[in-house]
Amino acid sequence: MSNTRDFEPTDWKSPEMQARTRKRYRRDRTFRAMGFSAVILAGLFLVLLIGRIFQDGAMGFMQTSIDLDVTFSEELLGDPRAMDAEAFEEQVRQANMSRLLDAALTAQFPEVTSRRDRRALIRIISGGAREQLRNMVLETPAIVGTTKTVRLLAADDIDQLRKGKIDANEPEANRKVKDQELGWYNKLVEEDRVSLNFHTRFFTSGDSRDPELAGIWGATVGSAITLVVTLLIAFPVGVLTAIYLEEFAPQNRLTDIIEININNLAAVPSIVFGLLGLAVFLGVMHLPRSAPLVGGLTLALMTLPTIIIAARASIKAVPPSIRDAARGLGASPMQVVFHHVVPLAMPGILTGTIIGMAQALGETAPLLMIGMVAFIVDIPGGFTDAATALPVQIFLWADSPERAFVEKTSAAIMVLLTFLIAMNGLAIWLRQKFERQW
Amino acid sequence: MKKFAIAAAVAGAALIATSGAQAQSRDQIRIVGSSTVFPFSTAVAEEFGRSSSFKTPIVESTGSGGGLKLFCSGIGTNHPDITNASRRIKKSEVELCAQNGVTGIVEVKIGYDGIVLAADKSAPDMQLTLRDLYLALAAKVPAPGTEGGAGNMIDNPNKTWADVNPELPNRPIIVLGPPPTSGTRDAFNELAIEVGCETFSGMKALAKSDKNLHKVLCRGLREDSAFVEAGENDNLIVQKLQANHEAVGVFGFSFLDQNADAIKAFPVAAEGGEPMEPTFEAISDGSYPISRSLYFYVKKAHIDVVPGIREYLAEFTSDKAWGDFGYLADRGLIPLGEEERVKFHDDATKLNNLSLD
Repeated sequence: MSNTRDFEPTDWKSPEMQARTRKRYRRDRTFRAMGFSAVILAGLFLVLLIGRIFQDGAMGFMQTSIDLDVTFSEELLGDPRAMDAEAFEEQVRQANMSRLLDAALTAQFPEVTSRRDRRALIRIISGGAREQLRNMVLETPAIVGTTKTVRLLAADDIDQLRKGKIDANEPEANRKVKDQELGWYNKLVEEDRVSLNFHTRFFTSGDSRDPELAGIWGATVGSAITLVVTLLIAFPVGVLTAIYLEEFAPQNRLTDIIEININNLAAVPSIVFGLLGLAVFLGVMHLPRSAPLVGGLTLALMTLPTIIIAARASIKAVPPSIRDAARGLGASPMQVVFHHVVPLAMPGILTGTIIGMAQALGETAPLLMIGMVAFIVDIPGGFTDAATALPVQIFLWADSPERAFVEKTSAAIMVLLTFLIAMNGLAIWLRQKFERQW
Repeated sequence: MKKFAIAAAVAGAALIATSGAQAQSRDQIRIVGSSTVFPFSTAVAEEFGRSSSFKTPIVESTGSGGGLKLFCSGIGTNHPDITNASRRIKKSEVELCAQNGVTGIVEVKIGYDGIVLAADKSAPDMQLTLRDLYLALAAKVPAPGTEGGAGNMIDNPNKTWADVNPELPNRPIIVLGPPPTSGTRDAFNELAIEVGCETFSGMKALAKSDKNLHKVLCRGLREDSAFVEAGENDNLIVQKLQANHEAVGVFGFSFLDQNADAIKAFPVAAEGGEPMEPTFEAISDGSYPISRSLYFYVKKAHIDVVPGIREYLAEFTSDKAWGDFGYLADRGLIPLGEEERVKFHDDATKLNNLSLD
């Protein structure tokens, strides 16, 4: 080029150039401000959402109890000293514990005499109190014949009243708790018999139609069993598929088609996998409905593409020099893969797996099709017992008419979130632990 | 790594193999069906599990139609024992059942449910007739001044309640209701809209001449902003009513019962009748016009095969459950009259076969 000598260096001081740099800086600043406000906005939404759930749900972990002086009458329960243990247990199981409650309440409120009022009175105590008293007697038979102050769960309406969710100043017709019950409640409060306690039952029992008796443990166990099945199927199949496709399969039309299909499957709506599960596992294989085994298999199908894609990406990221070095030392192709490539790719594979599992944990739609959206009280004990899962439990509670389920729903969401955070934390920890630099 | 993979695969295969064998027998009652009956059915199931030595039945909420389809799909432990329904079983469903070998069916009517129209407490009062509801919500209405009939229909022009009936307040029509998949919607269309439709003589005549067209015209709801499908979750409708004071919600009585401090129901009058509030008594004696019966159906072939079915029936039809002061009434079920209770208790204990006539 002959005219290089004519080339003039940029005159940074010229007004045009300064205007241009100003403009460029301004754009830069605007872009950063926009990015920053996007982060702030996302953060605000998160705070709003979590804040609302906490606000609603915090009280879900607390439950109102009423202290009553219960006389464990020998007449009703039998004398544990006079009869053998089995006969005593039988009699206690048969005994109508409502009579103990009725007697205790009558002692507390001697002015309530009519049959109708006494029936209303017993309803301020939860239906679970009978079971609670029965268990107390069975645990310590010596209690029979004594009078003890027992902390009994209050019914859900009384609980809502204690928590301020029912306004005592509303006109009576619009209130779930009537004036009569309000009077009893106030008397109990005056005597300091009403207390709000941490509700351990929420973490130990299964579902119930009574909000004060409902617990999250059944759904938690159901979720855990389902995820075990998912992991057992999806992890080995997914990782082996990824290894085969990355390391051994020839590059041809067929593998291309398989690859495209895997990528497409990752984007298929989850309800479709539910339909597939219904047709194959229930229709053809005749596995039991509502079983976590079927749920796990269905969710495994859904998680497979995620695991395969993540595993392939991390296997691809292992530098070829490592394979070459291993082969150079005489390793067989399988030795290359399992001694060198897979251990190095493991952090990525595990992260992908756990993210896939976390996704599976939050799914409800496929479970709907295979009957896991159901009212199940018993805690599942195996792969074929009927079970629900955490998100299903949340869905069922959100749909219940009783007002007290609102806080239970939020509390269950908090449990699910804790589960998710723990799983993601595990993914991060595993990555840190196994990550290797080369 | 590889060993683990193989072990896992073997474990998975073994699991499936063993569970196939387990599926043959079942010691737990399985119930499917209507989401309206679900709260009552689960309450009985829980009480039954607590007070008997049997396992607590599993109750799935599949909708009335879905439940009957599952119920009628065959005999054997892979099929449900009981299905709940918020309407009576149809002839076609009985035939489907019979095709699949399900011939002995016991029908138990458990009570009534009212469909209420409610709004926020602060909304002005309205007294609605079924005719008003039809004119407000149907997709096509008779042209002004005519009595309807095939040639006289126009697209629903009504924007406010006052357009429908000058006595009603001048507020926009915004009704939040259940989607077409819901049994509540079926019942609402049938018991409110269709009955309102037939107050026009032209429409009544059409029922005789062209049944299908009559059904389309008398049950089709409008699809503009006046009728909003608010999803299956009735709690959500209640919340939306509190947020939008102009909206009117359509849902089951139990949600009104639980939320009486926040919302109020409008009285509804049948043609020529008195306006009735949807109260416990009015729904029970049938004077509230939009009320329907709730049922469950039991497969006779499963009795004594799956343990506990007889006892479950006894629990459900006992006075402490479905009686006037039973625990189901506490949950918003409107009990049957004394006479019907005796009849269906009898049917349930003697396992009388269903007869449709």
